[in-house]
Amino acid sequence: MTQGHDEVFDDTDVAPGDEHVEGGGVGFRVLGYLTGLGLAVLLTATSFFVAGTDLVWEPSLPVALVVLAIAQMGVHLVFFLHITTGADNTNNVLALAFGVLIVMLVMGGSLWIMANLNHNMMPMDQIMQMQR
Amino acid sequence: MSTIALTDTHHGSAGRDWSGPAPKRIVTGYGFWIFILSDMIMFSSFFATYAVLLGQTAGGPSGRELFDLKNVAIETGFLLASSFTCGLASIAADTRSTIWFQSAMAVTCALGLGFLAIEGNEFASLVARGAGPTRSAFLSAFFTLVGCHGLHVSAGILWLLTMMAQVFTKGFRPDIQRRILCFALFWHALDIIWIAVFTVVYLIGSAK
Repeated sequence: MTQGHDEVFDDTDVAPGDEHVEGGGVGFRVLGYLTGLGLAVLLTATSFFVAGTDLVWEPSLPVALVVLAIAQMGVHLVFFLHITTGADNTNNVLALAFGVLIVMLVMGGSLWIMANLNHNMMPMDQIMQMQR
Repeated sequence: MSTIALTDTHHGSAGRDWSGPAPKRIVTGYGFWIFILSDMIMFSSFFATYAVLLGQTAGGPSGRELFDLKNVAIETGFLLASSFTCGLASIAADTRSTIWFQSAMAVTCALGLGFLAIEGNEFASLVARGAGPTRSAFLSAFFTLVGCHGLHVSAGILWLLTMMAQVFTKGFRPDIQRRILCFALFWHALDIIWIAVFTVVYLIGSAK
């Protein structure tokens, strides 16, 4: 557990954002943040590179960028927010999973419905003609 | 949060002895974690709006013509570096090193202000070129989403300065430590939302 907190810690849980450290001191923790920073920079650079070249087949570009973004979010969650798969993090992960579910429903649902509407709607000039 | 066995507390039916409610640090951190997740849900609806309205430029300029990806890369670098220094500030708070805490927070603040300056510049130049939020549905969605993130960063900087002042006057008391924990969660979450912003708004938005 991190040093310096006055409260007694429940040995089975950590607060979100708190790091569960066994052995290893400040240097070990700084190294964790440095690893996260390195990975994040690498993924960001890849994203910008992929978007700026013709190396990737154009129609697959959005999917490639979204995959890179999700990977980087994972890096941030693990190395900066210390959300892990450990038993002491179960509740934090469950809350996150529920949040991700709602986010997916909102974004996926909106895109699906609006694409469908767009597809089925009469072209605008025909609607205008019908109103005359 | 701890699993509290409400019955049979003497025999430890849950496999461990009765330990009372979870420590305040866990309760506070978990509650703030729930807030951050709800904030992300709010952002997701803005992202959905933007994605739906991406092509609705009403004859006006599209993202490809408007976005300057070099600026976006610099903004991203600023936020990433500030996330790192914010992490250093968390470590300094845990080890109760005032000097390291204050300097790491000051650097975080400077990087955040640099980010806001670039973003403000971008907004001002867009409005000056006649591509303000009233120009098209696409631009309304753009300003709402990116502006909302910018407002969050501004609020984060105010909070950051408050934490510096509180550590200066009150020291690393447990309640101050909890606020630092929540601030760090908030700041890292902003960086996560920015990943989605630069990917969906700028990179995918200027590819179309």
